[in-house]
Amino acid sequence: MVSTGWSSPYRAVLASRIRAQRAYPTSFALDLASSLLVGLTELGEVWVVFANVTVLGGLDLDAVLLLFGLSNLAFSLADMVVGHVDTLPTYIRMGSLDAFYLRPLPLLAQLVTSDLTLKRLARIGVAAVALAAGLLRNDIHWGPQTLMLLGVALICGTAIFAGLFVCAASLQFFLVNGAELTSSFTYGGSYAASQPASIFPTPLKLVFGYLVPVAFTAYLPTLAILHLPGPPLLPSWAVWCTPAAVAWVWLTAMCLWRWGTRHYQGGGG
Amino acid sequence: MPEREPIIDVHDLTREFTVRRKGRGPLRTRSTVAAVERMTFSVQPGESVGYIGANGAGKSTTIKMLTGILVPTSGSVRTCGLDPVRRRRELARRIGVVFGQRSQLWWDLPLRESFSILAAIHRLDAGAAAARTAELVDELEIGPTLDTAVRQLSLGQRMRAEIAASLLHSPELLILDEPTIGLDVLSKQRLREFLRHERGSRGTTLLLTTHDMGDIQRLCDRVLVVDRGMLAYDGTLPGLGATVGARRVLVVELAEATADLTGIPGAEHLSSEGGGMRQRLAFDARTTTAAALLAAVSARADVRDLSIEEPDIEDVVSRIYQSRR
Amino acid sequence: MVAGLCTNVVFGFIRAAILFAALDSAGGSIAGYDQGSVGAYVWLSQGLLGAIQLNGAADVGDRVRTGDVAVDLTRPVDLQTWHLAEDLGRSAYTVLPRLLPSVAVGALTVGLAMPATAWPYVLGAASIVLGVTLSFYCRFAVNVLGFWLLDTRGLRTLYMVVSTFLAGLYVPVALFPDWLRTLAHTTPFPSILQVPIDIVSGRLGPTDAAKAFAVQCFWVAVACLAGRLLMAAGRRKLVVQGG
Repeated sequence: MVSTGWSSPYRAVLASRIRAQRAYPTSFALDLASSLLVGLTELGEVWVVFANVTVLGGLDLDAVLLLFGLSNLAFSLADMVVGHVDTLPTYIRMGSLDAFYLRPLPLLAQLVTSDLTLKRLARIGVAAVALAAGLLRNDIHWGPQTLMLLGVALICGTAIFAGLFVCAASLQFFLVNGAELTSSFTYGGSYAASQPASIFPTPLKLVFGYLVPVAFTAYLPTLAILHLPGPPLLPSWAVWCTPAAVAWVWLTAMCLWRWGTRHYQGGGG
Repeated sequence: MPEREPIIDVHDLTREFTVRRKGRGPLRTRSTVAAVERMTFSVQPGESVGYIGANGAGKSTTIKMLTGILVPTSGSVRTCGLDPVRRRRELARRIGVVFGQRSQLWWDLPLRESFSILAAIHRLDAGAAAARTAELVDELEIGPTLDTAVRQLSLGQRMRAEIAASLLHSPELLILDEPTIGLDVLSKQRLREFLRHERGSRGTTLLLTTHDMGDIQRLCDRVLVVDRGMLAYDGTLPGLGATVGARRVLVVELAEATADLTGIPGAEHLSSEGGGMRQRLAFDARTTTAAALLAAVSARADVRDLSIEEPDIEDVVSRIYQSRR
Repeated sequence: MVAGLCTNVVFGFIRAAILFAALDSAGGSIAGYDQGSVGAYVWLSQGLLGAIQLNGAADVGDRVRTGDVAVDLTRPVDLQTWHLAEDLGRSAYTVLPRLLPSVAVGALTVGLAMPATAWPYVLGAASIVLGVTLSFYCRFAVNVLGFWLLDTRGLRTLYMVVSTFLAGLYVPVALFPDWLRTLAHTTPFPSILQVPIDIVSGRLGPTDAAKAFAVQCFWVAVACLAGRLLMAAGRRKLVVQGG
């Protein structure tokens, strides 16, 4: 067994973390169960609203299931792989961030691969079920375009949420107890992403459509898949600009990260 | 012999911090504190250097600048010929660092996994990594702890593990920040022995910050004394004592009770015990030698046994600080 | 504090948008809520989140986990009342930075309807205090179970999820389907958040408000008693087994 290749140090750490989580099966099972419960409650919220109305923001329950499935699947996947970067303040406080500096690997890569939050698998499961239900119950024309839209939505959606997590972590270099503040756009973004953006007043449409572009993760793909037009500020054809949204989020994330590490190292006065 | 490139080269190194004073409104002042001020020194490959200073004197700050964690405010620093901030990753392959109070191992994983992860991080060939790990584990006697989670190790075991981890990739330079703090006498001794051996067999350069004078005496050829961010002394350990005029003490056991041995040039009679059978004489290493003093004493009395007390280093260092106030 | 407020505001805007859209679809009114009262519900609930603390944590839980509670039990102060006082103090501290600004933001942006008479505010304030107290007693009871369960983390998460949902934070309890609404009313949770909000916003008329207040009092008594019984049992266990 030869340990070469650029990925082997990361795989080594991740494999260890996975083993560590599986070493406590009861605790892990409990975590999975609570994660499952949270996922179900979010679905429950949608269901309760639709117990009172048949249409919300131009979408019916089946369409909203698709929307919910796409956004939550992307968010939970990003959360599992990248979500734990919010432990950065703990690393800083304990001085363990310095250990990252002493290893011949990029800092952000070390932080991202320092863990894998397996308990999110439960929410991934719930989201996947909702997505499957949405795909089956809607009248969808299955063709290459639909498949491509699904692929773009999931890959870019996960990338967008992962980028938001990195932005949030980078801000922790400057804020004290900043986790609450950043959860307004990470968890807030996830909440906004699972709603039909047509219900938002204009300022909110701009915020969650373009500034923190979570509308690209699920709403626009849902519109495109179901061949619905969408409101003036967020037309369904904009879904093809999703890679631009990903680029915007990640560019901001990398700039913030660089800025944050420079601040930590005392560079720039 | 051509001078080799120094492994640490520090020139006019300065690091300032702004401190906000607590006050309200116009009383709030911002002042600049220099944690490290215009430090200049260099270390040749293979040397063993001790770095002494009070808490807050700037030792950790200097180490952080040497390793690329902190950016200097001004001045230059080169470690292994590299700029530590710009070429951090390259440097990390060539140095090993141990922080006494912070762990670089994976806290809740068994120790052996920390070693295998580090081997992967440093891209060590599997066979070589296994051999090197076995060698270090054996020499540092941490074999029985390999399957224990790092957080359950005792302080002594953890320090040995940290040192093993830092040497896994056979670095040219090993920097240790307070490695023996909190250890018992036996553990300290074994650790020092190991470091001496490692240096002897591989020529690893050692830079060691410590409060423990025993570490300095047993491990270091050279001493840097830092006081409030500035370098107060750079030289050998005996030289350190001589610089502040600290004196060595010759203790003689005489064959029979003798009158106080006063009036010997270059020496001062300190005390007599047992009616003059045991006498202590202090002398300044700059003015006379132990051999000359012994000869002078032997001329006056029959010496049965003798010993020499070195100046108390802590006393020496505090004298340096006081002389700078 | 500012951070918590920021999150409140973001979630408040999103939640308001959802419920307004639902009202739109339903023709302007659902289960007695109209735009004004929905606005009040959203912004009051966001503002009270800091005070109410639905997350299942309680200081006594940490004490039980570390075993320090043994020391506490030797003191001549009633443990439950002591922690309650601390909790009430902490809650009071959030009113200024969280509750008032949330209501202000709501009033200035999406609009919310608040009553013009005095009594809803008076009774409502008392109801809020009861709600905070009830939340504390429930969390206390859950955390005291740590005497028997080694790890209460799963239980606390379960509490957080169930209580938040049934307290009416995501959607007002009145909007629940009938069976779920009945289920919710067999638990103390609606009395923690939904009832105080309904009273303060004037959604309940005087008689209904008085009835709901009485129900709150009932739950407070039940939760308090449950906590005390569990504490006594836990104390016996400590003494017998030596912690």
